[in-house]
Amino acid sequence: MSRAVIVFAVLLCATPLRAAPLVVDLSNHLVAITAGFAGAEVLLFGAVDEPGDVVVVVRGPARPITMYRKTRIAGIWVNTANMTFEKHPPKNGDPPSFYAIASSRPLDEIAPRRVLSRNGMILEELDELRLPGAKASKNVEAEWRAALIRNQEKAGLYQTEVKRVGFLGDRLFRTRLILPANVPTGVYRVEVVLFVDGHEVSAQTTPLFVSKIGVEAEIFDFAHQQSAWYGVIAILVALVAGWLAHVAFRKA
Amino acid sequence: MQIYLPIAEISVDAFLLLGLGGAIGFLSGVFGVGGGFLMTPILIFIGIPPPVAVGTEANQIVASSVSGVLAHWRRGNVDFKMGGVLLLGGLVGSTFGVWLFAVLRQIGQIDLVIKLSYVTFLGIIGALMFVESLRAMSRRRGSAPNRGKLHKHNWIHGLPLKMRFRRSKLYISALLPVGVGFCVGVLSAIMGVGGGFIMVPAMIYLLGMPTAVVVGTSLFQIIFVTANVTFLQAYANQTVDVVLAILLLTGAVIGAQFGARAGTKLRGEQLRILLAAMVLIVCGKLLFDLTLTPSDIYSLGLSE
Repeated sequence: MSRAVIVFAVLLCATPLRAAPLVVDLSNHLVAITAGFAGAEVLLFGAVDEPGDVVVVVRGPARPITMYRKTRIAGIWVNTANMTFEKHPPKNGDPPSFYAIASSRPLDEIAPRRVLSRNGMILEELDELRLPGAKASKNVEAEWRAALIRNQEKAGLYQTEVKRVGFLGDRLFRTRLILPANVPTGVYRVEVVLFVDGHEVSAQTTPLFVSKIGVEAEIFDFAHQQSAWYGVIAILVALVAGWLAHVAFRKA
Repeated sequence: MQIYLPIAEISVDAFLLLGLGGAIGFLSGVFGVGGGFLMTPILIFIGIPPPVAVGTEANQIVASSVSGVLAHWRRGNVDFKMGGVLLLGGLVGSTFGVWLFAVLRQIGQIDLVIKLSYVTFLGIIGALMFVESLRAMSRRRGSAPNRGKLHKHNWIHGLPLKMRFRRSKLYISALLPVGVGFCVGVLSAIMGVGGGFIMVPAMIYLLGMPTAVVVGTSLFQIIFVTANVTFLQAYANQTVDVVLAILLLTGAVIGAQFGARAGTKLRGEQLRILLAAMVLIVCGKLLFDLTLTPSDIYSLGLSE
């Protein structure tokens, strides 16, 4: 504990010495899901004050994810088992609903695996994708985790392929964050880490907001917050539409 | 033109939905069926989550039943007393159905139950329709049909709580229509259908109602049952997508009008065989998908 405090204090004192070794920003911090939403692209750009490697990790809002496994029963495939990945103390939070990674060089050339893993840069080793021992043995855990990653990947929500961070000269870098049409809404965390000689030198975190905007957002919120009224309005809309159709075509 | 559906949370081509609504509406106009039993599985095929397909389809059926019942009402083809008794069972049944739906969704079995219900009922109805229309075609060529007795008497007529239904010319136990209403109500909630395709045969063969009042009366009670389902699905499960419903019903009401006109000009039996074949194809596709070894036996569940 006291060691952590000391380390923290040292870090606090140490940072001002370097004049912002890493600056990062996004082309926009708000991705609006509107009627015609078909995915979005956000440009991430920044500068470093010494040559090094940059790794970018994007995580979507954390929330529990339930997986099902099917078995064949009488010729038909039925969900017979389920597993929920969710927070369990002390250190595991809910799994990210979205994950993407980009780096300036292949990851294994940038830093040793344990350093990458500690920084949440190896998806399979994320603490949030662990299951408590009481829920699953090591083998079973690995199977469910692989299934979760595979399915999230298929949905375009876990982008396991490491994308490129491009450098312009030694100092300026940029990369594109690609969000598919089915991105979950919420606050995303974009974390950028600068590595020099296999050590993390500096890190920057910037938020990215993904939210429904306009009529769609209002309908969704209304449906979830005022469910009863939403139901009544849905019925009224249908009654009026049916009556209108009757009137319109009786005259025609 | 892609449009983002706020509750289904996916983007779909708006013209595809209008076209689907129109095509199914046309068929329902030709055959006088609601079309929910075709629309819901097709919505599932195009990627709408099954719970949203079911909840939304109930909403759309309210609209098409209203425009249908108004036409029948003007011709005096609605037995309101019978409709009321059926409705009593229907409201209880659909409320139970929505509750069951929520429970099944919780335990991750709702998709399977929806699809199995469809396979079962589409299979039965499709097969019956197919046989019936083949028989009608051969009867047309062969001799005149031999008429049986108007009413057969069996255990059904021994049930208590008898009621008189003047418009239907019936004196039967109220338990019977309440029971029919209840069963169709449960199906309506789980399958997102009006249930006309089960209600109508049940009214004719089980209750013995005259054919003239069957469709109007069935539509009359379907309005209230599907309205109940819409409300409860919206309230308990938030699975009613108004944007999707509006697109579908716009296409459907227009299609239904053209269908009704076309229906009077077209030959009945061949069309019925076509419909039966379509019902069986949809049924077969659903069954095939259920037995097909999935590319991944693991799947993502509810994310909330």
